[in-house]
Amino acid sequence: MKEHKPINVRSIVAHTVLIILAFLCLFFFYILIINSTRSHAELQKGFSALPSTHFLENFMSVANDGTFPMLRGILNSLIVSSCCAAICTYFSALTAYGLYVYQFKLRNAAFTFIMMILVMPTQVTAMGFLRLITKMGMYDTLLPMIIPSIASPAVFYFMYSYLQSSLPLALVEAARIDGSGEFRTFNSIVLPIMKPAIAVQAIFVFVGSWNNYFIPALVLQSKNKMTVPILIATLRGADYMNFNMGKVYMMITVAIVPIIIIYLFLSKFIIAGVALGGVKE
Amino acid sequence: MDAKRAKRVDYSKFGYFFILPFFVTFFVFSFIPLVDTIRYSFFEYYRSGLKEVGPNFVGLGNYIALLKSDLLRYAGNTFTLWMLGFVPQIIISLVLAAWFTDARLKIHGEQFFKVVIYLPNLIMASAFAMLFFTMFSNSGPVNSILMDMGFAKKPIDFMGTVGGTRALVGLMNFLMWFGNTAIMLMAAIMGISPDLFEAASLDGCTHTQIFFKITLPLIRPILSYTLITSMIGGLQMFDVPQILTNGQGSPDRTSYTLIMFLNSHLKASNYGMAGALSVYLFIVSAILCFIVYRMLNDDGEKKSKRSKKKEAR
Repeated sequence: MKEHKPINVRSIVAHTVLIILAFLCLFFFYILIINSTRSHAELQKGFSALPSTHFLENFMSVANDGTFPMLRGILNSLIVSSCCAAICTYFSALTAYGLYVYQFKLRNAAFTFIMMILVMPTQVTAMGFLRLITKMGMYDTLLPMIIPSIASPAVFYFMYSYLQSSLPLALVEAARIDGSGEFRTFNSIVLPIMKPAIAVQAIFVFVGSWNNYFIPALVLQSKNKMTVPILIATLRGADYMNFNMGKVYMMITVAIVPIIIIYLFLSKFIIAGVALGGVKE
Repeated sequence: MDAKRAKRVDYSKFGYFFILPFFVTFFVFSFIPLVDTIRYSFFEYYRSGLKEVGPNFVGLGNYIALLKSDLLRYAGNTFTLWMLGFVPQIIISLVLAAWFTDARLKIHGEQFFKVVIYLPNLIMASAFAMLFFTMFSNSGPVNSILMDMGFAKKPIDFMGTVGGTRALVGLMNFLMWFGNTAIMLMAAIMGISPDLFEAASLDGCTHTQIFFKITLPLIRPILSYTLITSMIGGLQMFDVPQILTNGQGSPDRTSYTLIMFLNSHLKASNYGMAGALSVYLFIVSAILCFIVYRMLNDDGEKKSKRSKKKEAR
């Protein structure tokens, strides 16, 4: 009995702290969802923990608002994030494979170089980047958010580690003996083997790109090109006090909820991915 | 043997094709911009109204002008805001990781807690900041809850005070990152041989002793890795204070960060100053990058040495 007691106290403390932290994490999202179901008048009266009935009304007023084209923004964000996830994972896998399988002369130099820039912030080159894409005619288009993701050192590093642990070189050798070309070997044999790594990284790249604010804020100008984070920033900058608060909460909900839904379905997978890769932007 | 080697040399050239897209993209979208940024940092080059001034070569003029302006103050702000999030983050993460990996302390609903604490990491920082702005505003739900419960007589002006704004930024950064760090540390602790913990508890070590004498020293590499990557993240702090204070860093620029400073120069087409500021940031991040590189490399070497030792046994 005596021996069990300290363990019980620790257990109670641990569970209490965990419950408080979980409460902190969920509390704000709970209020957000509740408030997005309430009308402006109800919100003015003060806080209530119970949802109201104005969800659809608020949603329609967000959807029909021309000054903050939220649905258009979601579409833009979806385009950018999906393209980024696709090309970033494909080309990172390609680069990782190239450096893992082939023993060419500059191999070590190339690998060392990528490792050196692994965690380099993109902000330090933002000024030259802005001037470059203006010269290239890509200012105020979605392309500057997509194309640079071909060179993502952190995703490369994850793919490289994955190849080290799961691609036997004998398999590549065997494919060669069977007469498969080098690029065909990559596309039809190596890519399927890398599926788990690609899936994990695709999610992280998608989320990162969906949430990205700094670069789009510099590059995008016209309303119908804006991605969700820029619209949120515009909302913050607008004359805020005259707004229908139910609508404001609904806009934040619309920006956050798609990711939460993805997360609820894939949480196990995502958490395993976090534990696996120490490197994440 | 010879024929085989000849064949391999033949194939090895393909490596260049595979890595070409990465390096071309890097060269065009990162290297050229970097050179351009460094070049213009030595020029007087800005726009006032519709007129463009420069570029005129001014040497280190921009660098000196920046040092004379509020650069160091903004660097201090960035550091303070980062520390306010990082200190609670690392402490809580360590404690959580120790609890989750303690076999004798059975945590109920472990998976549920992991899912919940990681959730804020995926939330759009700008939307999260907007949410905090509405919630903690004078007529927002947090104030109305505090008043209903009798903790406050009149609304607390969270964003009107230096401490309040900074605490909110710190709280957001803490919430967004502690789950991520906890899960990473958990993975590191689970990598420690369970024999060590067993031996220690057989020898009569307390939980505290095990934590400080075994767990902590053994996960030191990943702790320092977390510290450095978090510093790099802190250096880039932008979304949260930018949205929370509408780009003002209010009150009185006390939560104005370095990247907010860079952003305002860029928005004003103030290329010379933006360039010099970028170079300062580049130097600091290059040092941090190099430390990360050394850490990962040392780690790799140690691992290969360890596996060789195992083979020898």
